[in-house]
Amino acid sequence: MMFDRLAGRLAALTCLLIALPAAAQNLSVDINQGVSRPLPIAVPEFATQNSVSTAAGTTAQLGAQVAEVISNDLESSGLFNPIDPLAFTTDVTFPDVTAPRYASWRTVNAQALVTGFVNANANGEITVGCYLYDVFSETTLVRQGFSTDASAWRRAAHKCADAVYSRLTGETGYFDSRVVYVSETGPATSRIKRLAIMDQDGANHRFLTNGQNLVLTPRFAPNQQTVAYLSYAQNRPRIYIYDIASGSQRLIGDFPNMSFAPRFSPDGSTLVFSQARAGNTDIYKMNVNGGNVVRLTSGPGIDTAPSYSPDGRRIVFESDRGGTQQLYVMNADGSGQQRISFGEGARYGTPVWSPRGDLIAFTKIGGGKFRIGVMRPDGSGERLLTDAWQDEGPTWSPNGRVIMFFRSRRGGGADLHSVDLTGINERRIPTPLEGSDPAWSPLRP
Amino acid sequence: MKGAFSKSLAVGLLITAAACSKNEEELPPPPPPQQPTETPAPPPTPAPSSSVSNTVVPGSIEDFKRQAGSDRVFFAYDSSSLDAEGRDTLDRQAAWLQQYSNVSITVEGHADERGTREYNLALGERRANAAATYLQQQGVPAGRITTVSYGKERPAVEGSSESAYAQNRRAVTVLSGAAAS
Repeated sequence: MMFDRLAGRLAALTCLLIALPAAAQNLSVDINQGVSRPLPIAVPEFATQNSVSTAAGTTAQLGAQVAEVISNDLESSGLFNPIDPLAFTTDVTFPDVTAPRYASWRTVNAQALVTGFVNANANGEITVGCYLYDVFSETTLVRQGFSTDASAWRRAAHKCADAVYSRLTGETGYFDSRVVYVSETGPATSRIKRLAIMDQDGANHRFLTNGQNLVLTPRFAPNQQTVAYLSYAQNRPRIYIYDIASGSQRLIGDFPNMSFAPRFSPDGSTLVFSQARAGNTDIYKMNVNGGNVVRLTSGPGIDTAPSYSPDGRRIVFESDRGGTQQLYVMNADGSGQQRISFGEGARYGTPVWSPRGDLIAFTKIGGGKFRIGVMRPDGSGERLLTDAWQDEGPTWSPNGRVIMFFRSRRGGGADLHSVDLTGINERRIPTPLEGSDPAWSPLRP
Repeated sequence: MKGAFSKSLAVGLLITAAACSKNEEELPPPPPPQQPTETPAPPPTPAPSSSVSNTVVPGSIEDFKRQAGSDRVFFAYDSSSLDAEGRDTLDRQAAWLQQYSNVSITVEGHADERGTREYNLALGERRANAAATYLQQQGVPAGRITTVSYGKERPAVEGSSESAYAQNRRAVTVLSGAAAS
């Protein structure tokens, strides 16, 4: 697989690079503040030592495209303000990549500078060099290289953007990741829904199912090779697992009634899900082959939408056992069930545990609206991040700093959006058709 | 054509009612059959509506809907309780289903859009189960009944109005093995 090669090459290349001195402390981005003035950063076209053709265009063309992808990634985080290349006073030649002309970058008020190169290798691969400089202290902050098939050049660009983001924020990045979601089209009464997958920036979009069967709630396996989802194949709503590489789908578990709302355990061995029996919905878990089914909740309420904590020891879910839909946390064996949401007059659903473990994202229903919010796992510190008519179904970026969700419009239709934890940086995610039920992958290896 | 027929009938009734309220003692002669000018000439197709009912095939889906009054029952917001009207409909559905014992049914449960995806799937299941259980209690064998929930995925009516929501919170009895109509 190309991904494995990228990972392998990344490791190899990283070893070749010279260790950097301890970073200058004066250039950093505080991710926890609402950033009113994003960091001005220059991302000029990546140079090439010798422009040659590759399967994806010349290395000179790729150099321009890589810089554009990096710039878009950084801008989309809301933490960076890439400077318009039209303002640049200098080009970056191949020698400039490692010896930037700091003075000319200071004249355009760039505080940080990303340079790099795209070179073709003898085996059809490319190497993308990625450098980050502090323009005012004239220090090198990032020096990395990534080799990959030329066709996967976008991944090398995302890896570079992640390195820059990580170095300046102190957080891991999230740009080299994907999203699986439900693509929607047609009237509400006969909506056609298809599984689709794309990069987090909307590129490399691909449909996984053909729309013949209604599909809902896709969820990535931790290894990103498979997706658990609900399909109405044969008009029986049940959980299936889709293999992304092969395109094969298999039914998981054989239950007389509806089984739905699947999510993987962090180690990928277990699916937690809901099953209805005689009109009553409870939470169960089973191994990913459908065996060893264990019931975790009981009683007459609706218990659904379970999500594991990243350490696999607890599960957050929603239940209407107390009269209205609220959030509860339990141990992974079903013991110690405890309500955590208490908003007055409000209902809560679709809880999802952050990959950092520190927060739970949810949909809050109240005042005629659905809004996306977060709270700590003990229910304290509730904050709402969006305010539209109907926002639903949060999913976390791999670093736990951004939430993607879907926004329905009054009268019909839905689109994907993202918002960061400050609630300030909200964006629409481009999709070819309408979309819902996004699920963000972990960072790709 | 059926629409035009109903309209002219309604116009006639309205005129009669208006005449009655004006003067109960001096009843005018019954109005001549009204033929509103916008009504097109009767087409060559058959079917005055009175004879249509005679053409419904006994044991067909159309017959089921006529005899039961409806193929569906409705629910209040976030509720799966059957109201009196719903129970009446299900009583008639059960009577019909006992008459046609070769027909099996799927009860589809649905929710309006004011709930989250997974919750509505469970709520639709509750509604389907409420209707199915009631039909069983009225004598329809459990073996002839299956249930399925569509949550908020298959509204009967588009839109985000209260009236649309009221029609979308439903359990629909879908026949299989019914006579062709």
